[in-house]
Amino acid sequence: MVRFAAHRLGILVLSLVGASVLVFGALTLLPGSPAQVILGTQATPQSVHHLTVQLGLDKPLWQQYFDWLHGMVTGALGTSYVSQLPIGTQIWQALQVTGPLVLLGLVIGLVIAIPLGLFGALLQGRATGAVLGAIGQVGLAVPTFVGGTLLIIVFAVEFHVLPASGFPEWSHPGSALKSLLLPAISLGVVEGGIISRYLRTSVLDLLQSDYLRTARMKGLSMGQALRRHGLRNAMLPLVTVGGLELAGLIVGAIVVENVFTLPGIGTLLLTSVNNRDLLVAQDIVMFVSGTVLVLNLLVDLSYRLLDPRLAGRS
Amino acid sequence: MSAQAEPAGASGPAAAVAGTAGSAGPEVVGGPAVGTRRRVRSFSLVAGGLIVALIIVTALVALIWTPYPALAVDPAGRLAGSSGAHLLGTDQYGRDVLSRLMSGARITLYTGFISVLVATAVGIPAGLVAALYGGVVGQAVLRLTDILYGFPALLAAIALSAALGASTTTAMIAIGVAYIPVFVRVTRANALGVLASEYVMAARAYGRRPWAIVRRHVLPNIATTIVVQMCLLFSLAILAEAALDYLGLGTRPPAPSWGSMLQQAQGYLHSDPALSLWPGLAVFVVVLGFSLLGDGLAELFDVRARR
Repeated sequence: MVRFAAHRLGILVLSLVGASVLVFGALTLLPGSPAQVILGTQATPQSVHHLTVQLGLDKPLWQQYFDWLHGMVTGALGTSYVSQLPIGTQIWQALQVTGPLVLLGLVIGLVIAIPLGLFGALLQGRATGAVLGAIGQVGLAVPTFVGGTLLIIVFAVEFHVLPASGFPEWSHPGSALKSLLLPAISLGVVEGGIISRYLRTSVLDLLQSDYLRTARMKGLSMGQALRRHGLRNAMLPLVTVGGLELAGLIVGAIVVENVFTLPGIGTLLLTSVNNRDLLVAQDIVMFVSGTVLVLNLLVDLSYRLLDPRLAGRS
Repeated sequence: MSAQAEPAGASGPAAAVAGTAGSAGPEVVGGPAVGTRRRVRSFSLVAGGLIVALIIVTALVALIWTPYPALAVDPAGRLAGSSGAHLLGTDQYGRDVLSRLMSGARITLYTGFISVLVATAVGIPAGLVAALYGGVVGQAVLRLTDILYGFPALLAAIALSAALGASTTTAMIAIGVAYIPVFVRVTRANALGVLASEYVMAARAYGRRPWAIVRRHVLPNIATTIVVQMCLLFSLAILAEAALDYLGLGTRPPAPSWGSMLQQAQGYLHSDPALSLWPGLAVFVVVLGFSLLGDGLAELFDVRARR
């Protein structure tokens, strides 16, 4: 286990370094100087030179890279040259929208997935089971931005019960939650579809397992056998998939926030990309990919801890 | 088969393979050959096949004919509802929605195809190399795959678009690259299985070279798994492309990509909700079609390939 953890940690560090080099390189290797890109074609050579020095772009590449890395680690991210706001504060404020949105999406996804996957598999071969399986399949094909649009049409345009866009402060928790509900549902439907597929496969495997047959043979009813032996095993993939899908949800949130114009990480990223505010875009991409990579590591480790059978394999 | 009745598949051949499957990750395991399950899945195959065929035919027809030119603006006929002249109505510039959807099918298939091509053209050879050579080369390929794996495709595409500017090409390449690790892993895992078989050992024994073995034995044996994976990836790629177009980071307007059509229609959600529904429905149907087809093929070939 320790060896595996060390190995996985090594990969994480390599991945983070790889990602940082790619993200940094994408900005640095842009044709023309970044200062020129920021100021546009009308800029005088003097102002370009001034900004170049101000951004530290006259330093050697490796020093720029380590300065940036140092900022990422210490949280001193600098100031956006478009909005003139500190980048760290901007990201922190955006997280207060994206964080709750993602968690709410995961909860909704699980609420949808568990009954769908469980009963879809248990009732396999009956009409109900087939319908439940089909719902999962359909759910995962609904793009978040299509589901979101549909929800807006129904709940905001037709019935006026939930807001179509915008986000109040968290000082109004009720209306803040209301604003997050539709986006979280559009995220949750897709995730629910994906997770239910895993769960269904896992329960189907369980139903054909030898130990479940043994449990039945010694006289347990199907329900007892499932409760005592089966479901714990069948639920194991939920940890993996839940963790991996948390990463998927973060990326999905980027799209959904733009549908509902929520001031989260995704909107901040898109705005900065469109404004050529590359410093902010760079930091967000690095932050999100770092989060996803760490989540992947945690999932791998927890899976090992929960399933001792895997301990022997590398 | 019902859970309450007999222990599932206990007497059938399926019982022999049950419980061997890993819970996640693409592994090849003999699927259970239970009658009902097979029938349900062959529905996937037929439905998915029909949808995909319909989309392909639509895209081909759009090459030579659409009711109106997809870019033809008609200021007098803006935001018209459906009528005999315009079956699905017109958009905010008076362009025929049906014609734009048909041309959009062509763009969707093209971009999805290129993305999958990028992923397979790099991923399959890399996977074979990793399977054949255990040494430094194989390890290097695996480690690179590990690093790339788990980096979200959409994020990579957004970053690339930010750096290079939004275009169809950027989006296609970014999505293709992001899915390379999937193919490396699937190819390697399946190739290793074939390479360990007795007939490969026999081929080795009489001196066949590694790449000749790959061509004669490995590739034909892993082909079905690869095809299933390509189908599933196609649906994911289309989803990602549509999202990028929607965000304005992929195919740009006025080109009639479904994602950008939906994005533009959103300004008219209150007055003309149907305008948003059509492109959304189109993306949904195509994604569903390819994912059904992939599932159906997986069941047909006895491959377990769902992510």
